[in-house]
Amino acid sequence: MTLPLTEEQEMLSRSVAEFVADRASITQFRAWRDRTTETAFDSALWREIAEMGWCGIAIDEAYGGSALGYSGLALVLEQFGRHLSITPMNATVLAGATAISLMGSETQKTSWLPAIVDGSLTLSLAWGEGAHFAPFAVATRAEKTAQGWQLSGVKHHVEDLSSVDRFIVVARESGRPGDREGLGVFVVPHDAKGVSVEATPRVDARQCGTLTLDDVVVDDGCRLTGVTSVALERLAGVINAGLAAELLGICEETFARTLKYLKERSQFGKLIGSYQALQHRAAHWFVEVQLARTIVQEALLALDRARDAEGYRQADMLCSMAKAKLAQVAELSTNEAIQMHGGIGMTDAFDIGLYIKRARVLEQAYGDQHHHLDRLAALEGY
Amino acid sequence: MSDSFRDEVRAWLAAHCPPSMRVAPPEISHLYGGGRRAKVWHPDQPAWCAAMASRGWTVPEWPVEYGGAGLSREHAAILREEMRRIGAQQPLFSFGISMLSPVLFKFGNDDQRRRFLPDIARGAIRWCQGYSEPNSGSDLASLMTRAEDKGDHYLVNGQKIWTSYGDEADWMFCLVRTNTSVPKHEGISFVLFDMNTPGVTVRPIKLISGASPFCEVFFENVRVEKTNHVGEEGQGWAIATYLLSHEREMISSLGKIRHDTDPGRRALEIFGTDGEGRLRNASLRQTLARYQLDAAAFRLWIEHGERHPSASAGMGAMSSAVKYYGTELNKRRNELYLDIEGADALLWDARGPAGEAWARNWLRSKGNSIEGGTSEIQLNIIAKRVLGLP
Repeated sequence: MTLPLTEEQEMLSRSVAEFVADRASITQFRAWRDRTTETAFDSALWREIAEMGWCGIAIDEAYGGSALGYSGLALVLEQFGRHLSITPMNATVLAGATAISLMGSETQKTSWLPAIVDGSLTLSLAWGEGAHFAPFAVATRAEKTAQGWQLSGVKHHVEDLSSVDRFIVVARESGRPGDREGLGVFVVPHDAKGVSVEATPRVDARQCGTLTLDDVVVDDGCRLTGVTSVALERLAGVINAGLAAELLGICEETFARTLKYLKERSQFGKLIGSYQALQHRAAHWFVEVQLARTIVQEALLALDRARDAEGYRQADMLCSMAKAKLAQVAELSTNEAIQMHGGIGMTDAFDIGLYIKRARVLEQAYGDQHHHLDRLAALEGY
Repeated sequence: MSDSFRDEVRAWLAAHCPPSMRVAPPEISHLYGGGRRAKVWHPDQPAWCAAMASRGWTVPEWPVEYGGAGLSREHAAILREEMRRIGAQQPLFSFGISMLSPVLFKFGNDDQRRRFLPDIARGAIRWCQGYSEPNSGSDLASLMTRAEDKGDHYLVNGQKIWTSYGDEADWMFCLVRTNTSVPKHEGISFVLFDMNTPGVTVRPIKLISGASPFCEVFFENVRVEKTNHVGEEGQGWAIATYLLSHEREMISSLGKIRHDTDPGRRALEIFGTDGEGRLRNASLRQTLARYQLDAAAFRLWIEHGERHPSASAGMGAMSSAVKYYGTELNKRRNELYLDIEGADALLWDARGPAGEAWARNWLRSKGNSIEGGTSEIQLNIIAKRVLGLP
């Protein structure tokens, strides 16, 4: 009883699925994981993806995008989730382009968004400073100087950081860490003086690491003009809805693969899928994935439809709901997938065990289920 | 078009739904059931039901000739949304509508539809369901109530159990065995009879909640005319499974009855907040948030199904998923209310701020995941029919 796709969405979803199966499948994931280079992503692959037009799905037509909304972009992310595709889509488009779209001036949007759409500009959002997402607990300083702004601080868990062209840095212009207001957002070139990066391996074989800003000077034009606490929360909402869409892909893929396995594997002379202990768990899991899909669809629709304060408030709430629910269902999915596959599920040679690693990274990013449940309770007034 | 219909519905409800009918009753069994012996829990219930029936809105999607309003699925969804918006009480709680009518539309003949449907639509006749038997619970197809062929009629002997509202109903739709020499699924037929027929005896069963929504019903040489036999002889099991999918939807929809007491606000009143406005009990706060998240996802899932016919194409088997999740969620909600109210909720006659019977509703909710097929049976059905497991 989940919503049917429109014809346009159906076509998009199919073409992404075909492309990914060919160019960004688990086979490519394994090859990339075992690479020897230090680069964060395959830039040839990224150019191909940009040529398909997928970087501009949620970007306005005025800046070269196709304005299919976040519901459209989510279809791409869902397929990436199903195939564990390694691309800079989350860092560059979902987080980076959205930050510029939501908070940039006309000039800023004109100078950066078309380059994101054609694949020539890659970005990474440097927001968090700790192991848990805390949007306003920002200590990195931004001081106004005669030349523009001077940034100092340390950002952790920054995605794709050795390979992106620019960082989008959230820094404090006034007040203290934890204050809702007083934050600024700056677009900082990777090669600016005082920028240093240190990459660290992560369980999902993607690159992340620490970005250090040591008195980095940027001009006024690099400071996004529309930054408010509400805009930052909207940005986090969009990112979380996108991450929830990738998690949905993981839930559906692990479920489909496990269901297939239940119909193939025999023990005690019978298919293991004929045992009620496993049937009941599979059936419960199926229902949870249905609810997961529903809440993700609803959050994306709300984002695409929001026009006024009430619309944005509802979308914000639904984005947190979607992320909390998907974190729960992805945990269920990846754990059950391994358990129902038995010993083979624990092996590196078999694909099913790879999903849990990506799932946990996505769950943690921009707030895990506890963060979002806490937020929901607060939004509900308790 | 839809907007103007919404406006019309809104205006009509504003004029015809009295404030007393904009609250949920304290217990589901206090909804108005209609019938010859109609039990009235609130004096405004019969008029509210009659007003809705006069618009055909007790059965909005039925054809006008049978007492419906002939609304499209989309308009019916708008009507439901508008009723939900003002908390309008369901005007008629009727197994005739939720369970028997789909069978009559699909398997009944014209004569049966004309004789029974209009009375169902306006709540003139109340129906009960004769399905389970003492030795046929989850394994319903093993039922033993015998219907002997006497030419123009059957003679029925046997016993039913767990018959909801058997003591308040006027007529029964009943599964009976018409053939004992074929496999169990093939010898069952579906018949209708008046509960006043000689030989029918009803005995209520008292539950842990104190209420008696279920009865035992005994049949001794009960005469059932063949004109009240629905479908083909031996087709009863196919009809029963078709009907059960509707029963499941109905039972899970019981969980959607809106209570005016918002659990979050109630918890705040009772526990107060810490220095930063958070509910003082962190564990309860988390349980609340988890419940509200799942309840919202479930509600949206149902709404997507209502709004998009193509999304609910596989609804027959999906009704098991709805029944399973909805009833488990309802049990969670009742446990949550108990956590919020504490020892006060365990007083036998305890009533919440909106008149909810805390303890009795909580105890009654335990039956939701048993009646109409247990949660375990629903999971079996999902595994086999939706997932294709062996």
